[in-house]
Amino acid sequence: MRIPVKALGAATALLLSTPAVAAWEPTKPVEIVVAAGAGGASDQMARMMQAAIQKNNLMKQPMVVSLKGGASGAEALMYMKSSEGDPNKVLIAYSLIYMLPLSAKIPFNWRELTPVSVVALDQFVLWDNSAGPKTLKEFVAAAKAASAPFKMGGTGSKREDHVLTVFLEQKTGAKFSYLPYKSGGEAATQLVGNHTEANVNNPSENLEVWRAGQVRPLCVFDRERIAYTTKVTDTQSWADIPTCKEEGVDVQYLMLRAMFLPGKVTPEQQAFYVDLFHKVTQTAEYKDYMEKQALKPIFLTGKDMVQFLEEDDALNKSLMTEAGFVAK
Amino acid sequence: MEALGLLLHGFAVLLTWKTLVLMMVGLVLGIFVGVLPGLGGPNGVAILLPLTFTMDPTSAIVMLSCIYWGALFGGAITSILFNIPGEAWSVATTFDGYPMAQQGRAAEALTAAFTSSFVGSLVAVLLITFLAPMISSFALKFGPPEFFAVYLLTFCSFVGLGREAKHKTVISMSLGLLLAGIGMDTVSGSLRMTFGSPELLRGINFLVAVIGLFGISEILLTMEERLALRGHAASISLRVVLGVWKDLPKYWVTLLRSSFIGCWLGITPGGAIAASFMGYNLAKRFAKEPASFGKGRIEGVFAPETAAHASGTSALLPMLALGIPGSGTAAILLGGLMVWGLNPGPLLFVEHKDFVWGLIASMYLGNVVGLVLVLTTVPIFASILRVPFAAVAPMIVVSCAIGAYAIQNAMFDVWLMLGFGVVGYVFKKIGIPLAPFTLALVLGNRAEDAFRLSMIGSGGTLKVFWSNGLVGSITTLALLLLFWPVIDGLLGRTGRRAAGQNDGATKS
Repeated sequence: MRIPVKALGAATALLLSTPAVAAWEPTKPVEIVVAAGAGGASDQMARMMQAAIQKNNLMKQPMVVSLKGGASGAEALMYMKSSEGDPNKVLIAYSLIYMLPLSAKIPFNWRELTPVSVVALDQFVLWDNSAGPKTLKEFVAAAKAASAPFKMGGTGSKREDHVLTVFLEQKTGAKFSYLPYKSGGEAATQLVGNHTEANVNNPSENLEVWRAGQVRPLCVFDRERIAYTTKVTDTQSWADIPTCKEEGVDVQYLMLRAMFLPGKVTPEQQAFYVDLFHKVTQTAEYKDYMEKQALKPIFLTGKDMVQFLEEDDALNKSLMTEAGFVAK
Repeated sequence: MEALGLLLHGFAVLLTWKTLVLMMVGLVLGIFVGVLPGLGGPNGVAILLPLTFTMDPTSAIVMLSCIYWGALFGGAITSILFNIPGEAWSVATTFDGYPMAQQGRAAEALTAAFTSSFVGSLVAVLLITFLAPMISSFALKFGPPEFFAVYLLTFCSFVGLGREAKHKTVISMSLGLLLAGIGMDTVSGSLRMTFGSPELLRGINFLVAVIGLFGISEILLTMEERLALRGHAASISLRVVLGVWKDLPKYWVTLLRSSFIGCWLGITPGGAIAASFMGYNLAKRFAKEPASFGKGRIEGVFAPETAAHASGTSALLPMLALGIPGSGTAAILLGGLMVWGLNPGPLLFVEHKDFVWGLIASMYLGNVVGLVLVLTTVPIFASILRVPFAAVAPMIVVSCAIGAYAIQNAMFDVWLMLGFGVVGYVFKKIGIPLAPFTLALVLGNRAEDAFRLSMIGSGGTLKVFWSNGLVGSITTLALLLLFWPVIDGLLGRTGRRAAGQNDGATKS
């Protein structure tokens, strides 16, 4: 007798899994799992969400940020995988969910987790030291003329930054030696200290040093310019940065920022978080953050999200294959 | 006087009830683990670290550093009353402290120990206050070669200056480096030595290793030795305290000398243990009647305690400013910082002013509060030792297991911790020091990354380690320290020969 009742309950929940019927809510502090080092873009975003949720009372339980950047973020993935059925852990994921299983043969597949929502798309910008070349053309010319390859700082090996570096080499003919640091923050300070010639950090990772006038954005790796026109430095806004295509180097890449729950959670639990993060995207904190960090706003959930993930996965796979980063 | 302004700001961050309560809790816990043989500062901090994960970093570090101060204070209690050093760095305190207790001067000895601990750390904190801003200003000069040179310096000085047999230090360090290699290799982006196990993917968490290596192994040793605890009762009256304080100025040379030794050894990774012995030995060497040492001389308590506390405190400076821990406990605090999302290193002072100055202010407050606390609670803590070991040991083992589990919520880590307990026991039995092993486990990865990034950047030439004044001098110093015993031997020989020739000359 018990089984049919349970099944019926689950079916009703599925039917009614709209934000309005979030019957379930967390009973203990919720851990927001960051698959990167301290101060990186994921970490900053997690802390923004923590603040937005607490300030607007979106959840009764507190939210804690837990940094699991070990093993280039694989630590966080395995942690989520092993937390099956635990609805008190949310992963703030980015493209590592496609790339790590390919490059390092991590036994992980994002399809085993429960997708909640895509909350933003992140840009990549080519930066150099403010004492360096002023435009992409000059930069490429200088890189080609240099006796030793230019040093390109990045985060992690065989990942977004590395892929972009390889494509930059292919399109320009310049050579770079890629230095994988532990976090975007580290890559930023190393560029400021002149230990590298350039990096391909996300806007948020270089924002502070850009504002301090220590680095210069050369171009953004997107089809169109960033939309935000408010001045960030004394003279420039995000919209003032040309696209790399405009500057004659057609390389594009956008990175997802998405929330996942561990596998095997109930639809009620999933619904609670879909609703929660939908509310987060409506807060002033989120909107402010999106502009400050030059992120592309987006909110996808349910079928739309899965379709997006499948397409994005295929794209990343082809880029990784082309760059030669897929482990045999 | 930028430092003073920042320090006052630090006090402002600190002076909330919550922080003050945490400070008291930390100190009491610290004295407790300092008193218990087999627990001690590094273990106390390691076990309690996960409890602080949900706190904000400033509260967490204040509490943990207070455990550290507490342990430094507490270590003296058992040394003096029971002739059992609660901490390795209080071994030297037993030389004169215990005889004093036997002569019925326990209260005097304890007051001397606590007071000199206070003086030692005060000097070290002053040093940190005024040196820290200078250290952070050359923060940006550190690229991969510079970082590697600093790590190299740390490793080399352990080998060159350590008291243990060189080959044993190297063995211990190599094993640590080997284990540090497990997990993701961030430079190539592939996995190493995980043998397909998802548990090993994360690599070996050094906290798990430390809890086992120190905590469990010490319990095993104590069980084997059937430690019998017999103690002297002690209570401290105000009269005794004032008496000792009145005499304090007489020993200013000893106090100053020991503070200096402590600060120096704390900043270089010699650690508190070496400092306390060196403080004692030098006090003895410079005393008018060296023979009276070891028979209950108050200076014999002042000297090692001042040095131990000064080095224990100053060990935090390189940890904060360069990401290099000067002692075992500092190494564990370093791990804590990373857990809380703080990047220890040159930029910590720029990016997290609140945290750094809150911590420095807590060193002042923590030591004042700690001094008052230990002076008033000595009888209570002394009574801990009357609890039979059989009752205390299971509690320690359980807290070790909880500590290991809580780090990553993994049962695998508990087994790993127990495994390290056995390794630690064996190491202690065959005289292999544990500190180099821990050090290599903590810094191995970063040293390797820094080296390989330097190599990628330079196109594979080692010249990069002498490419500018900063990195060149650090690398050269590192190599000098590595071969120091050989160099020292050569210098000693030529020195003696020269002296011998002089003798000959005067005779003829």
